[in-house]
Amino acid sequence: MAVEQKEKKGGDIRTGSEKVKKALPAMLKGGVIMDVVNAEQAKIAEAAGAVAVMALERVPADIRAEGGVSRMSDPELVAKIIESVSIPVMAKARIGHFVEAQILQSLGVDCIDESEVLTPADEEYHIDKSKFDIPFVCGARNLGEALRRIGEGAAMIRTKGEAGTGDVVEAVRHARKILGEIRALSIMPREELMTYAKQIGAPFELVVKVAEEGKLPVINFAAGGIATPADAALMMQIGVEGVFVGSGIFKSGNPERRALAIVKATAFYQDPEVLAEVSRNLGEPMVGRTAASLEATEKLATRGW
Amino acid sequence: MASTIGVLSLQGDVAEHCRSIEALGRRAIQIRYARQMDSVDGLIIPGGESTTIAKLTADNTDAIFDRIREFIDAGKPIYGTCMGSIFLAKEIEGSTQGRLAAMDIKVRRNAFGPQRFSFETTLNIPALGEEPFDAIFIRGPVILSAGEGVDVMARVDANIGRLGKTAGSLPDESALYDSYIVMARQNNLLVSSFHPELTDDLRVHNFFLQMVEGEAPSGVSSGANVVAHQNQQRHTANPMALSAV
Repeated sequence: MAVEQKEKKGGDIRTGSEKVKKALPAMLKGGVIMDVVNAEQAKIAEAAGAVAVMALERVPADIRAEGGVSRMSDPELVAKIIESVSIPVMAKARIGHFVEAQILQSLGVDCIDESEVLTPADEEYHIDKSKFDIPFVCGARNLGEALRRIGEGAAMIRTKGEAGTGDVVEAVRHARKILGEIRALSIMPREELMTYAKQIGAPFELVVKVAEEGKLPVINFAAGGIATPADAALMMQIGVEGVFVGSGIFKSGNPERRALAIVKATAFYQDPEVLAEVSRNLGEPMVGRTAASLEATEKLATRGW
Repeated sequence: MASTIGVLSLQGDVAEHCRSIEALGRRAIQIRYARQMDSVDGLIIPGGESTTIAKLTADNTDAIFDRIREFIDAGKPIYGTCMGSIFLAKEIEGSTQGRLAAMDIKVRRNAFGPQRFSFETTLNIPALGEEPFDAIFIRGPVILSAGEGVDVMARVDANIGRLGKTAGSLPDESALYDSYIVMARQNNLLVSSFHPELTDDLRVHNFFLQMVEGEAPSGVSSGANVVAHQNQQRHTANPMALSAV
């Protein structure tokens, strides 16, 4: 009897299912995911209350400044960061570079960002994310792009914003666009959905699902240019479920303070008194540059198809 | 009178818990401040990151941490999922991170390894009836040991915990544990390592509501320890045995 039940139990373990992949991002809601380039920064992020870290060799601001081809980080660096913290660790693979993604999964990262911040490896096709056992997060500028990525198996969406600028304007644009399109879709007559799906280049079934539920079928964060506690709270009030902060923390004058302030601002995003308190004396923010000053070729958000 | 359940809403899967509570016809409110605690009959601490919740409750001008402790001391029910079970635990293996230290359990964070080894499985939870429960574990903790006043409600086979061994850092404890506790109750406190709020099965939330509304049988664990595949002797023989067994 006991043996029989044990076999029943042992045979009943499902890893990497869609449910399990979508559940990890759900646990990150209301939290801040911070870019880190070494174990020391990862520990600072964890101590400040980050819900996860993104392991990178260079933050987007440096990628912009230094140029060249930007690839997946050295596995040694990723492994060291995984060892140094207890919170989930994410890492970036190039758009379409499914081998980088395979490597990251085997290293034990908890989530892969198929990211426009790195140099795309494929200018036509994204990674088939449904094949992997761990969730992917992908950037999007509009609902069509978000639903294409979800159709490919992304378990989490983030705005692209314009990474490495410290200018929140593009993240605001993308969040408003995605959320506005969802609102419009939720009151659209059923007979219009197929043509709408065709117009935005999204899978019909997902368009129907969003129309019925009034929200994306996965968790939706903001990313790209968030540099202050007020920026984080702005994105939360607009309607995202959490934030990524890239260059904004470790390119600022006092990373510890700023990291904690952004964590608090994300949790208490509707409370101006808390926001005022945590925004005091944070030291120098990252210098940044306006997204409007970027040449077309310098824009990262246009990468992805 | 229908009860009102607060869901601690500083970080985590808050909306999912609210949905489960509302599906059972009760009111759910999001709790961010100590003052809101006066209006709730029970509290849920959701899934999320335990280091984040520790930071947000401790390093805070609002006295929510103390208010939750008072709530517990007053005998009001709290249900912690995943992060919530860590936050309620007296002891966290290898960590001094902030916690309520209210429940006599020792937990291990992230006991199954990285997300690759997060899983769904069906659990026997005798207190909820014969129908197995579809349980989702996301980088979940386990309870390594529990004090005498703790009712063990469900376990998983420790072999599951060995899935992630290839990833490195987890100790191989096949000699120590046949199974890990993944759901338990101590008086007014209920914890689960898994996430019923991610499923449509409302039995765990319903059980918690019975605790809140004073209908749950006190001896919930009668029979619960006899989850079939136990090798009871091995536990008893081992000095690190789970004291609840």
